[in-house]
Amino acid sequence: MVVADPTMDEPRTQATAEAPQAAQEVLSGARITCRSIDAEGVKTVFGYPGGAVIPLYDAIPAASFKHVLVRFEQWAALAAVGYARATGDVGVCIATSGPGATNLVTALADAFLDSVPIVAITGQVNQSLIGRDGFQEVDITGITLPVTKHNYLVRRPEDIAPTIKEAFYLARSGRPGPVLVDIPKDVFLASAPFTYPTKTGRKSYQPNLVPNMRQVRLAANAINSAKKPVIMAGHGIILSRAEDDFRRFAERSGIPVIYTLLGLGAMDEHHPQSLGMMGMHGHRHVNRALEECDLLVNIGARFDDRATGKVAGFAPNAKIVHVDIDPAEIGKNIRTDVPVVGDAGEALKLLVNEVDQRDHASWMAWIQSERNVALERALDDIPETPEPYAIIKAIADVTDREAIVTTDVGQHQMWSAQYLGIKHGMRWITSGGLGTMGFGLPSAIGAKMGRPDLEVWAVIGDGGFQMSSSEMATAVQERLDINIAVINNGHLGMVRQWQDLFQNRNYSEVAISSPDFVKLAEAYGATGIRVTKSDEIVPAIERARSIKGPVLVEFVIDPEANVYPIVPPGASNSEMMHHPQWVPAEEDL
Amino acid sequence: MQRSHTLVVLVEDQPGVLNRVVSLMRRRHFNIDSITVGHSEQPGLSRMTLIVTGEDNEVEQAGKQLYKLLEVVKVTDIPAEDAITRELVIVKVAAKGPQRAEVIQIAEIYSARILDATPNTLMIQATGSEDHIDSFLAMMKVFGIREMARSGKIAMSRGSMPAKQGRIDRIGDGSYAVAD
Ligand SMILES: Cc1ncc(C[n+]2csc(CCOP(=O)(O)OP(=O)(O)O)c2C)c(N)n1
Ligand SMILES: [Mg+2]
Repeated sequence: MVVADPTMDEPRTQATAEAPQAAQEVLSGARITCRSIDAEGVKTVFGYPGGAVIPLYDAIPAASFKHVLVRFEQWAALAAVGYARATGDVGVCIATSGPGATNLVTALADAFLDSVPIVAITGQVNQSLIGRDGFQEVDITGITLPVTKHNYLVRRPEDIAPTIKEAFYLARSGRPGPVLVDIPKDVFLASAPFTYPTKTGRKSYQPNLVPNMRQVRLAANAINSAKKPVIMAGHGIILSRAEDDFRRFAERSGIPVIYTLLGLGAMDEHHPQSLGMMGMHGHRHVNRALEECDLLVNIGARFDDRATGKVAGFAPNAKIVHVDIDPAEIGKNIRTDVPVVGDAGEALKLLVNEVDQRDHASWMAWIQSERNVALERALDDIPETPEPYAIIKAIADVTDREAIVTTDVGQHQMWSAQYLGIKHGMRWITSGGLGTMGFGLPSAIGAKMGRPDLEVWAVIGDGGFQMSSSEMATAVQERLDINIAVINNGHLGMVRQWQDLFQNRNYSEVAISSPDFVKLAEAYGATGIRVTKSDEIVPAIERARSIKGPVLVEFVIDPEANVYPIVPPGASNSEMMHHPQWVPAEEDL
Repeated sequence: MQRSHTLVVLVEDQPGVLNRVVSLMRRRHFNIDSITVGHSEQPGLSRMTLIVTGEDNEVEQAGKQLYKLLEVVKVTDIPAEDAITRELVIVKVAAKGPQRAEVIQIAEIYSARILDATPNTLMIQATGSEDHIDSFLAMMKVFGIREMARSGKIAMSRGSMPAKQGRIDRIGDGSYAVAD
């Protein structure tokens, strides 16, 4: 549940130093930065040093948090994203000025679009050089304006602690997001008295947590009178840590539940009311349910176009209830009949008391009858070459769906979303809004640092793995127990699929070669396993789990396997295309 | 229906805030016809007036997006019938010989003031509504405008209260009326 910072007893008007108290320590800006990060309870930060942060790195050995040295700053920030998404706490990354800072931009955009709480600390050139194109000077606060929730340029050492305090508060409160704090080198070097502030916040920043009861009742009325309702579960439920409240609400109202890509895990996908993912690669019966439903209850999702398809054709017969913590999401993409602005958990706690106990058995039965049985049956056949679905299902079965799974971006990501059967929130970590290739490995590293108690798998394409494979070295250096499934189709598969289906099979620049992954893993000091036959899948997964340290399992699959269903770009969800071999029954006619 | 909206935005007076507002409007594809910034009656708060053209729901979305900027305290979309808007213009007009008297006479009609004079030109200041200024400028054009500076609009709503009516609902569920 996202609640107002308990330390925020009195909103402050702006980030300035606390009044000095007796016997205050005087510390360098660098040490203040480290002490502030420690005061936030951060266990691990991910970073990469350079000129402007040399003073900061001078103070890091004395800090309580652990620093993980990555191989590229973008992966530091995505490791922070993985850490945040696996733990629910704020992830932290550090980069130097100039190229270090610009390398963070993609990851900040990723965190911005997926509402992930991270704080990025960047070094900046000395203030005397700012604006003069100093060596490694870039205007990182200017550059990151559109991809951060907020950012700061700190000008005095006494402002560091209050700024970091506010940055963490902003990152995790309300709709979470990335916050960047840019600190010039001379500010790291200058000294100031240090006490970590106990209060933060601003008059102009008041996240809307508890929804208006009148709106909750309107929503409940709509729910109680609906005949064919569907709940669309979004990332907001997981960010709010409201899975229990959500399940209670779903069970009481008896409404079938469908998921956005990032909403997976809001409730166990094997729950009898769970139907699976919606949208561009949503299951057939899920998109059919959207077409038929008379009420759509969206909880904590932002109606992304990959979920809705063509807006005009989205849930054409439905009234829309939209619960969102961000008022700007209401009506942004989809007209809304009943907006409920507030934290998902708070809204669900109120809603559960207002909705009637019901079961929608016949509606549910209709939806189930719309499953693509032909495809589901085909999944049980085991062809000789590893079938992508079989690999994903095997990972799910062998780990009992308890592992954290991160993915990269592409076909393997969609196969994972369709067939892992996610059981828990915060154990499905994938790049949704930005679709950031390279995400899989660094986010797995971050997730493992945050949750060393959980098994971690990264499912990655051969293309995406080659974007961030440098992080194999980080994983080995940190002796991280992570398992990496590289789904090798010899292609930038998702792009090849679009060229296959929508560009007349004009395969342009999508065939991609790879190094010998087993040798590569070994060269890094990790373990490599290659799987080329179906009957090797499960033994390889089991072996990977039994080996300490990073293990890379390469699965060689059919180079032309496609993800189905697929809604063609710009089309309505109802226009989904099916696997030519396994079309749903009535479409055979 | 596309129409012109007058947004009054109260912001914390912090470095870079104008950049944040303008960058947000550009990024979200909202068109700014005019923007002005200055002090408000409250210390530490600046008042921006943005004239934007768009559908009502687009402008409401712009307001909600503006609220997401940390420094934005209040956004009001002043309804046209309640808005008093003023603009200031300074023009340098060719005014030689017999034309000089004519220019001065017309300036008087528009309650405009002469700020400076040279043998060949007059510098004139006019204030008023957009229509008033447009009409004044149309007259001046006849004589030849050498240079012109327009301030952009500032606006205030009628009545005794500070701009509250038309305040964009930052909550977005209609609860503002109750919750304020
Ligand atoms: C940084 C970045 N560049 C390009 C893309 C576009 N893109 C999306 S999926 C994809 C193919 C990914 O190939 P691979 O990693 O092999 O995964 P596969 O689809 O084959 O499973 C590409 C190029 C992207 N999402 N991110
Ligand atoms: Mg591939």
